Amino acid sequence: MSDGLGFFLNLSVNGIVVGALYALVALGFVLIYKASGVINLAQGEMVLLGAYIGLMFSTSLKVPFILALVLSIGVSALVGITIERVVLRPFIGEPPISIIMVTLGLSFLIKSVIHLIWGTDLRSFQGVFRSEPITLGPVAISEVFLYSLVAALVLLAVLTAFFKYSILGIAMRATADDEQAALSMGISVKRVLAATWAVAAMVAAVGGIFLGNIAGVNPLLTSYGLKVLPVAILGGLDSIPGAIVGGFIIGILESLTGGYLDPYMTGVKEVVPFVVMILILLVKPYGLFGKEIIERV
Amino acid sequence: MIRLRYPFTMECGVYQTTYEQDLALHPTPLSAWRGWVLVGLLFLVPVFLPTYYLSILNLVVVFTIAALGLNLLTGVSGQISVGHGAFTGMGAFTVGFLMKHGLSFWLAMPLAGLTAALVGALFGLPSARLKGLYLAIASLAAQVILSFFFLRADWFTGGINSMSVMRPTLFGYSLDSELSYLYLGLTLALLLGVFAQNLLRTRMGRALMAVRDRDLAAEVMGVDLFKTKVMAFALSAFYAGIAGALWAPYVMIISPDQFDFHLSIELLAMIIIGGLGVVMGSVYGAAFMTLLPILVRELSTLLMPIFPSIGGKLLLLRDATFGTAIILFLVFEPEGLARLWRKVKDYYRLWPFSY
Repeated sequence: MSDGLGFFLNLSVNGIVVGALYALVALGFVLIYKASGVINLAQGEMVLLGAYIGLMFSTSLKVPFILALVLSIGVSALVGITIERVVLRPFIGEPPISIIMVTLGLSFLIKSVIHLIWGTDLRSFQGVFRSEPITLGPVAISEVFLYSLVAALVLLAVLTAFFKYSILGIAMRATADDEQAALSMGISVKRVLAATWAVAAMVAAVGGIFLGNIAGVNPLLTSYGLKVLPVAILGGLDSIPGAIVGGFIIGILESLTGGYLDPYMTGVKEVVPFVVMILILLVKPYGLFGKEIIERV
Repeated sequence: MIRLRYPFTMECGVYQTTYEQDLALHPTPLSAWRGWVLVGLLFLVPVFLPTYYLSILNLVVVFTIAALGLNLLTGVSGQISVGHGAFTGMGAFTVGFLMKHGLSFWLAMPLAGLTAALVGALFGLPSARLKGLYLAIASLAAQVILSFFFLRADWFTGGINSMSVMRPTLFGYSLDSELSYLYLGLTLALLLGVFAQNLLRTRMGRALMAVRDRDLAAEVMGVDLFKTKVMAFALSAFYAGIAGALWAPYVMIISPDQFDFHLSIELLAMIIIGGLGVVMGSVYGAAFMTLLPILVRELSTLLMPIFPSIGGKLLLLRDATFGTAIILFLVFEPEGLARLWRKVKDYYRLWPFSY
């Protein structure tokens, strides 16, 4: 019996750490939606780009990890601003279909640019985190997972404070709420949107670097871009705490179904989050923490 | 009705005085004639084309049908679906499954369309409560769930082992040449295209457009939103199913990964590039998206002597041009090729007084 409990606990802890990573990726997603109402289907590609930039600093240029993290956050911010300026700017106020398609087009473009620069081989960060797991009672957890969890929580705190207290954060919220009113209050909507994409790209880079530390860096990382949709929907598309809680819930759910159901039905754990997402969309489309303003039909 | 005008004139403005004229399929007798000539050419020209071009045309026809369906849903009634690849797959696998169990293609194809329509209606149910971005996400979930089903349901799709489908026979004559299959595809595409064009002129079509333009206003005017939306999903999935049913015997081997998220995106790209809500737009879009990878390939073979490494980057170049094409069209011509073509036509029609 205790063996069964240990299995359950291990799965749950594993789910929590995977959930922390989902939360990291979902944060960038939610940020963009929160500030501009755009669903960014290129989020996975931005994560991958962040991972490669981090890899470039950490492995090729031999910069210490912390510095590499900071540097790649900076570079990603520039990339985010560029993307917003070049691609997204003409789409302010366009219908959802255009926005969805333009981010999809963007995802193809980013993916092929990455492919062109770095190829498709699996690369890994070397010797950043120790590989021996830390054991806490019955469960074993590797160091990198622990740090990812910490990173997710730190980002949560920083971003929550940012949206609550900083001028730019408040301006972002105002822009999301009503673009026209924000404009008339003297907020530069263009600058706010550029800042949003910069922040989202920064968060994506953090997510990408931690993900890359866990599984290595190759184009498969982009699959996280779609996986976080259920996370964001569950938590509420415009809620930062929602992204974190949603990440944990989906992570645990995926881990448990993977442990208990996968032996009978291979791959079911990939689908369960989407089934949950459809159910949530039908019952509570604004998610657990989202603002209840979405237009119902 | 007496036509006083010279029958070969072209319209250079809007002279309609009755609703019948406004609703007419062909605004002038000349355009009706031109339509028939085009149909004649469509059936005549392929006889003289080499097999390679016929195979391209076959693909264009299949994608045209699928894009027509998606255009009815997304372009005409404004409901975004990122799951049409899966609906196409539903049609393809149904036709394969039924033919494996001894049903004739001619019976299996409509059944495949109906199955896809049923599945489409099922996944269209969320549209009763969701719209815009949220609906798009729900349809994405439909795509993921159906992809999983295709991969797992070995009894139905053959799973990862893929499935082989025979070419259909007509009166004992097997349609295994490119030309004969093209005629089958063309006939279907024409019928479905004319149906779509005519649908837009009916009560149902106007209801669809009303839902797209403003759902609340449509409801006030007596359009049953739920019924209309689910109808749109079913109809559009029917088209996708027929396209799949036509595709499966053409390529003869189908596997679940042909009908994944990527196909859904390609279909969406087709209608965006072709022109949202325009029947001919689906044709232009399908042709564009089929020709684009071929052009990229030809171009890179040309450049091969200058850049020898280009051969290994073909897939990459294709994706990059695909992404760039979508972005450029959305930025510079959101109404797509159909509008570009209309501009060209207008230029010549109104020349030299183009104001």
